[in-house]
Amino acid sequence: MLGSIYALVALGYTMVYGILGLINFAHGEVVMIGSMIAISVVVTIGTGSGLPGPVVVLAGVGIAIPACMLLGALLERVAYRPLRDAPRLTALITAIGMSIVLQNLAMIVWGRQYISFPPLLPSEPHAVLGATVTGTQVIIVMLTLALMGALLLLIHRTRLGRAMRATSQSPALAGLMGVDVNRIILFTFMIGSALAAVAGVMIAGYYGQAHYHMGFMLGLKAFTAAVLGGIGNVSGAMLGGLALGVIESLGAGYIGALTGGFLGSHYQDVFAFAVLILVLVFRPSGLLGERVAERA
Amino acid sequence: MTAPETLLSVQGISKAFGGVQALSGVSISVARGSVYGLIGPNGAGKTTLFNVITGLIAPDAGCCTLDGRRLTGEPVHRVVQMGIARTFQNIRLFHQMSALENVMVGMHARSRTGALGAILRTRTVREEEARLEADAHALLERVGVEAHANDPAGSLPYGLQRRLEIARALASRPNMVALDEPAAGMNASETASLRELIVGLRDGGTTVLLIEHDVRLVMGLCDRVAVLDHGQLIAEGVPAQVQADPAVIEAYLGAPAAEPGARAAGRPH
Repeated sequence: MLGSIYALVALGYTMVYGILGLINFAHGEVVMIGSMIAISVVVTIGTGSGLPGPVVVLAGVGIAIPACMLLGALLERVAYRPLRDAPRLTALITAIGMSIVLQNLAMIVWGRQYISFPPLLPSEPHAVLGATVTGTQVIIVMLTLALMGALLLLIHRTRLGRAMRATSQSPALAGLMGVDVNRIILFTFMIGSALAAVAGVMIAGYYGQAHYHMGFMLGLKAFTAAVLGGIGNVSGAMLGGLALGVIESLGAGYIGALTGGFLGSHYQDVFAFAVLILVLVFRPSGLLGERVAERA
Repeated sequence: MTAPETLLSVQGISKAFGGVQALSGVSISVARGSVYGLIGPNGAGKTTLFNVITGLIAPDAGCCTLDGRRLTGEPVHRVVQMGIARTFQNIRLFHQMSALENVMVGMHARSRTGALGAILRTRTVREEEARLEADAHALLERVGVEAHANDPAGSLPYGLQRRLEIARALASRPNMVALDEPAAGMNASETASLRELIVGLRDGGTTVLLIEHDVRLVMGLCDRVAVLDHGQLIAEGVPAQVQADPAVIEAYLGAPAAEPGARAAGRPH
């Protein structure tokens, strides 16, 4: 559940890394802004319009997606493209800078307080095979799987996806084949941002609130998921996200029992970073990766 | 016989890398439908000229036009769209993609599907994809790589990788294809079938610009030949004329110090 959100965000990290070799640390902020915009839309039209909840949320998603795509495109054009040929560290620092800029921008626009997501989605629990799930959770998982399927289809079955894969292997050569590399890179950012927008709405709906600082931790965890799966590898990001979600939930559930009550479930964040460290030490190429050494 | 129409015109190209003058004032014109050979000792500037023509590097002076349209200054992908495709001296394939996909990437310039269409998978998009795939199979068939269509390009043997590169270059349906040492490392029978392939291209109306060290191949195949030495054009004409030129014999064919056949290992210019 949480894992599917990580997976969607991790895809954005991994696609950009696959093509540019850049860790776009501002990606978590794109998710946050997606959340914020969706909540604003939902609150504006949701109160008193009498529309059914899911329709209102859908409208929020429908506006958050293009807004985030625009934001992603803007990031690429303004912040990263001028640094395409600069040393990699420069671009990385710029990414961190953009992340701070976006956080502060969000703070100015939406304020410092938590913004709550109106309870528009079904939240009554159902028992399925001994587990307790809500309708919202089911929707999130289904939607994530559908988006992943669509993305894999796009990457492996279309002209555009072929151009993306070619560009990620060698931008110079792809250019010589008639591929407009700048457009492909822009498009990659936009797809990643669209997925981020969906993840942003999901996370707002799931926790019922959003905050200008939420993108930071989420971004780090999604980055962990991308590394766990093998950064640059799209299927890896999906797997890594889902795996990280499971590890975190199980870890949070059992940590009390394991430590005799010494540590509680609020230590759940520890697991993500323990995973990051273990992966980096023992298998830096990730679960499905094999090209890190050559890339890094 | 009427004067043949010029397809590619290279005018006064100069290019220096640091203190090395790789090309100085080179001008050639390639007639439509001909096979044009570019020869010269290693380091003469042949590949540099290829790189200038295909937009990979910007010349210090001079310009190139194709069919009267200016190539110089256009981004690389536009040059391909305007009708020049090339292969590389040191093979450059998308190693992790299948042979078929390599060819299909080569078709990028001539297919139209935009981002939206690709996402929505409209009928025209699916039809175009199917057509491209059929064309790609036909091209692989033509160069003899069809049996390996679904193998990763990186896993193919050397000779087939060269052929795959040619198929990929042809995939954009170029007016002109520029082949950078296509016979390098090929044995006699492979060279013979390469020769047939090039003749077939010319007969099909494609202009061929050829860098090649195999002098017999060049002299037997090309309609005209240009000789570069130290970045300068030292001779140009029909093969017999060039072969007899004393400057060429001195610089390239007959110079006792320089072995024409010896090739500095994979040296990119």
